[in-house]
Amino acid sequence: MAAVKSSGALVGNRLAITAILVITIVFLAPIYWIASTAFKPRALATTVPPTVFFQPEITPFIKLFVKRVQLTKPVDPAVYEAAPWWEKRIFDNGERVLRTGPNVQLSAYPSRFMNSLIIAITSTVLAVGMGTFTAYGFSRFKIKGEQDLLFFILSTRMLPPVVVAIPMFLMYRAVGMTDTHIGLIVLYTAFNLSFSVWLMKGFMDEIPKEYEEAALVDGYTRMQAFFKIVLPEAATGIAATAVFCFITAWNEYAFALIMTNRRAQTAPPFIPSQLGSGVIDWTVIAAGTFLFLLPVAIFTFALRGHLLRGVTFGAIRK
Amino acid sequence: MAHVKLSRITKTFGAHTALRDLDLEIRDGEFFVLLGPTGAGKTTTLRLIAGLDKPTSGRVEIGGVDVGEWGAAERDVALVLQQYSLYPRYTVRQNLEFPLKSNVRRLPQSEINDRVARAAKTLRIEHLLDRKVDRLSGGEMQRVSIGRAIVRSPRIFLMDEPLSNLDAKLREALRSELKDLQMKLGATFLFVTHDQIEAMSMGDQVGVLNGGKLVQVGTPYEIYHHPRDIFVAGFVGSPAMNLVDAEIDDRRIRIPSARLDLPLDARGDGRLGHVRGPVTLGMRAEDIHVDPSGPIEARIYGVENHGVEKIVTLKTGELIFKATTSAATPTEIDAPLRLAWDQGRMHAFDRATGTSVSERAARLPELA
Repeated sequence: MAAVKSSGALVGNRLAITAILVITIVFLAPIYWIASTAFKPRALATTVPPTVFFQPEITPFIKLFVKRVQLTKPVDPAVYEAAPWWEKRIFDNGERVLRTGPNVQLSAYPSRFMNSLIIAITSTVLAVGMGTFTAYGFSRFKIKGEQDLLFFILSTRMLPPVVVAIPMFLMYRAVGMTDTHIGLIVLYTAFNLSFSVWLMKGFMDEIPKEYEEAALVDGYTRMQAFFKIVLPEAATGIAATAVFCFITAWNEYAFALIMTNRRAQTAPPFIPSQLGSGVIDWTVIAAGTFLFLLPVAIFTFALRGHLLRGVTFGAIRK
Repeated sequence: MAHVKLSRITKTFGAHTALRDLDLEIRDGEFFVLLGPTGAGKTTTLRLIAGLDKPTSGRVEIGGVDVGEWGAAERDVALVLQQYSLYPRYTVRQNLEFPLKSNVRRLPQSEINDRVARAAKTLRIEHLLDRKVDRLSGGEMQRVSIGRAIVRSPRIFLMDEPLSNLDAKLREALRSELKDLQMKLGATFLFVTHDQIEAMSMGDQVGVLNGGKLVQVGTPYEIYHHPRDIFVAGFVGSPAMNLVDAEIDDRRIRIPSARLDLPLDARGDGRLGHVRGPVTLGMRAEDIHVDPSGPIEARIYGVENHGVEKIVTLKTGELIFKATTSAATPTEIDAPLRLAWDQGRMHAFDRATGTSVSERAARLPELA
């Protein structure tokens, strides 16, 4: 059967593959655009039509990480010769690096990026952790008004979050939580928790309760049974949930824009804010965006095995 | 090892009553089988003893101590389930070690190794020890599952249909293995099943459960030969007992559906005692035999060949019933056959209550 396929099926198959290829290319085009712009010389960044072949360079990333000002007069050749290779790139661009004494002044990007990492990772761990425990409770125990409670949890997702942005901002300001890491962590955790509970409940329901009961009879407490038996079984679901929560927290823009401005600002509102400072250098923005894409890509890639099994979990097993 | 006693156990799930006023006693070292159809409350009973559920009311005693407030871990019972009883991701050895590594026991590793080796030897699974459990066949899984119970030397073994997912051949083999094991260990077993052959072949005592009530407790012999009500009579035995409405008077047995009117012989009279009037008569297939001078004339309706014998479905009047014949008896469909039955082995049940009114069964002790 496998070898002898009707020509109709073969054509259909090829059509499907072609369609998938086209869709994939369309979807990946903006990512390619950003990635390629991040490595372009500044002059090529805005050419129409876009330049496809060029000598890639790392200058946009150097510019991304340091504070710079326009040169007002040509650089002293002796200073130029003494400068390290990366600083020469800045000079070549008609700019110089700002220093405090001998130290290079870093741009705000690294700290914003760190903020993004701290906030996204912490809120993901919290949302998935709490969600896992809550889902286990809902899955295994008789709870009064279980359906109502679950609906209530889900209902927090029913409004577009931006609707509550202003009241949330006023509340945060009143308690002094604006522009703090903890503020955004709490916000993202709360936002992801309902999603996490619902997703994990589905995974927990799939794990036969006989496993834990066997452990209980074998002399373990419910807590031990949970950690030794249930958690490893739920790993796939936890990974899938974590990826989704992480992506949501990492990409969140609106609240980050409203709630933070300096200390706790994350990368999404920071990157476009660079548009306004003087001449728009698209290569630097592209470099910032490109680096910003990496953690999600790496995280998703690392968990891809779990993710695929995770999203198709119920479909295959039942 | 321990004596188990349930007193006046009631268990409800919402509006549904799973068990009602159940009294049950399992003696030390006994192989007790709880037999009943799906939904009779067998698994519920087992879970109550294991401590996985709490009774709505009533007392659970193990070894003479009320264990009502004890958790599953403290009761020191072992559980073997129909499926999902092994920990996935673990090897066979890790599964066998798991109960021994609990904080309740804290055994030294040498003792653990020793016990695992002994259990593996007993169950002939030594060659599987380092295999992951998802690479085992159904029979091997259940062996490991039983192994995980015996490494602990628990006070009671609780088994919930452990053989039901296996194919017929394996089921038969494991049946005798389990029985041997129980005798070798001298352990107390509570074995839950809906399969009456398992119950009859393994049980020292069989308790028949129906609709949350224990209908009869007795040896397999008693259950089979002296069913105390129509449910036990119909549930135990394959083929099922023939049950027909009949009228008894001083001299005769009348079966309207078969248009039969027979004299009551001395054996039948002795069997029925003083029972007269409308009853449901029960007759096992093996007690009806081919007899050219017999009083019943029937036509062959269907035949099941079982090798040594045949189970023949017969029709007389409107009545369809089964009889056992030797394999040599010619049994062509629609052929006429004359039969007789042994009146001394028939059963009679009260039509309203379903309880047996035949001699001996009527004298069985009343269950609460």
